[in-house]
Amino acid sequence: MAGIELTGLSTVYPNGVRAVDDLDLSITDGEFFALLGPSGCGKTTLLRTIAGLEQSSSGTVLIDGADVTRLEAGRRQVAMVFQDYALFPHMTVAENIAYPLRVRRATKQARQEAAVRTSGGLGLGTLLERRPAQLSGGQQQRVALARAIAMEAEVLLLDEPLSNLDARLRLEARTFLKRLQRELGMTTVFVTHDQAEALALADRIAVMSEGRIRQVGSPKEVFQRPRDTFVANFIGSTPMNLLSAIVREGHLEVAGTRLPLPPGVQLTDDTAVTVGIRPEYLRVDGGGEGITGTVSIVENLGVTSLVTLECPDGALVGLTVPEQDEPAVGTTLTAAPEPGRLLLYDGETGVLLGS
Amino acid sequence: MASRDTAGLGVGRAVAFVSPALLLIGVFLVFPALWTIYIGITDYALTGPSSVAPSVVGLDNFVEALDDALFTNALWLTVVFVLGSAVIGQNLLGFALAWLLRGARPALRRVVEGLVLLSWILPSVVVAYLWIAVLDRDGGTLGALLGSPGTAWLVEYPMASLVIFNTWRGTAFSMMLYGSALAAVPPSQLETARTVGASGWQTVRDVVFPHIRGHVLTNTLLISLWTANDFTPFLLTAGGPNHESETLPIFIYQQAIASGRLGYAAAISVLLLLVNLVVAALYLLLLRRRS
Repeated sequence: MAGIELTGLSTVYPNGVRAVDDLDLSITDGEFFALLGPSGCGKTTLLRTIAGLEQSSSGTVLIDGADVTRLEAGRRQVAMVFQDYALFPHMTVAENIAYPLRVRRATKQARQEAAVRTSGGLGLGTLLERRPAQLSGGQQQRVALARAIAMEAEVLLLDEPLSNLDARLRLEARTFLKRLQRELGMTTVFVTHDQAEALALADRIAVMSEGRIRQVGSPKEVFQRPRDTFVANFIGSTPMNLLSAIVREGHLEVAGTRLPLPPGVQLTDDTAVTVGIRPEYLRVDGGGEGITGTVSIVENLGVTSLVTLECPDGALVGLTVPEQDEPAVGTTLTAAPEPGRLLLYDGETGVLLGS
Repeated sequence: MASRDTAGLGVGRAVAFVSPALLLIGVFLVFPALWTIYIGITDYALTGPSSVAPSVVGLDNFVEALDDALFTNALWLTVVFVLGSAVIGQNLLGFALAWLLRGARPALRRVVEGLVLLSWILPSVVVAYLWIAVLDRDGGTLGALLGSPGTAWLVEYPMASLVIFNTWRGTAFSMMLYGSALAAVPPSQLETARTVGASGWQTVRDVVFPHIRGHVLTNTLLISLWTANDFTPFLLTAGGPNHESETLPIFIYQQAIASGRLGYAAAISVLLLLVNLVVAALYLLLLRRRS
């Protein structure tokens, strides 16, 4: 088992695109780590660079303290599960799982034993003689995982592990993956563009954009205190409200109303800021100072409903309410932020203030 | 059951549309083939009484062929030619080029592909002339390059020369076919092989080959048949010296034109056709067993 240390890593493609841009990252031993970002942010390039499938232009990759920057993929002790699972269609499940051993010229018996041992824990015991085409998507994924585990590598890399499964199966696979990773205790890095997936699975998340890391932190940190407006916008099933505001006399002028400045923040008058508040952290019954607006849209999310308020200055503010408290469209509401949940971002740079 | 007239033309007009093609096939393919079989059972000759009034001799020509040392020689040389230059030469070289060019820079790939294709699209006569110039005893390019003038390659090593010549000549087809076949192998499977540390050979054996097995069979079938029936070697060696490079098509030509034995040559043609059919049937069997 091993940690991963990336220092000054850059990948520049021949056409000048900097897929990874001077990136430092440290992943500790046994951690379940997510690389999260929109498509084209460089997360897959980064994963492939760790795997050794792509060569970085500069910087170093350390695995378990050893410099593997120039080492061929096959000698890095890194196992990878691809988005499409990459099972060999002409081999049985057992042959697929034992393929890493076949490459190392292990005996037929050793390969069979490895296939049986690895498949057992993944619920594939009865499928060993089947071909990949005869398996469901979830089973195929577990075969790919079994093959990666059979490699007995130091690090496990997963490229979009859940995106090829249908929605129902995805939740099951998510729970399964998390338990498996706990049991194996193997340093695991996965790539995803789905923030919910990253929040649910990972011990820590790196949010990426344009080849750089915007924030690294636990799901809680990334969700509760996004370090800039990009992360704030990207994380959360319902988008965070980001409203431009002006500081006046120790108050915030926002969405046609005045809110008190959060405690501990000192800002001079006329400073332009962006107010960030998650829809989940706005309370209708809270009383006190809040944002007032007319209910324009109500979207049912199941247990909660997403209510969109139209404020006097035209700004749209979202908040979630329990299903039983759903307001009628057209009514006027005042929503107050929960204490400590209101975040302020620099109006120009978008960086979190007071962090 | 679906209507027979799916195009909605009416049977009469449909037949009218197809008939020109059928007529051409009939005139230039079916009729000559049947005519060859007929001639094959006669003693038809280029000159003499049987050129005017050939008589049917039954299977005499076929019986004679099986006893003819020159025919056995030609059959054997054809097998050597097909195995050496097509099944092994073009197949392996074509695959190797396609495999190596996969990761090459586009500019390099285009240059190599262009050169290989050039050897394929040039007319046989031009190509034969070039090779004679290269392999000539006096002032041949190869002799000059090796610093050993005086070696008459086409006389001293006729079959080896022909095998190398035909490998060079026909590799382009295999290269292109394998090039597109390799594009159909999922990259993630190749990369999986890479991450588990498979060698190049292991990757080809375990990942690539199972994906392109159908292509290998089809390619081998096509280039085998083309090579077996290829007449270009005649332009280089004319079957000589002393029948050492006389493959079946050349043998047939020599019997028909040089010796004037049209009936015998036709019988050998039918035998060559049968060999082709057997080879094709074998490949089809392999293809079917695969699926």
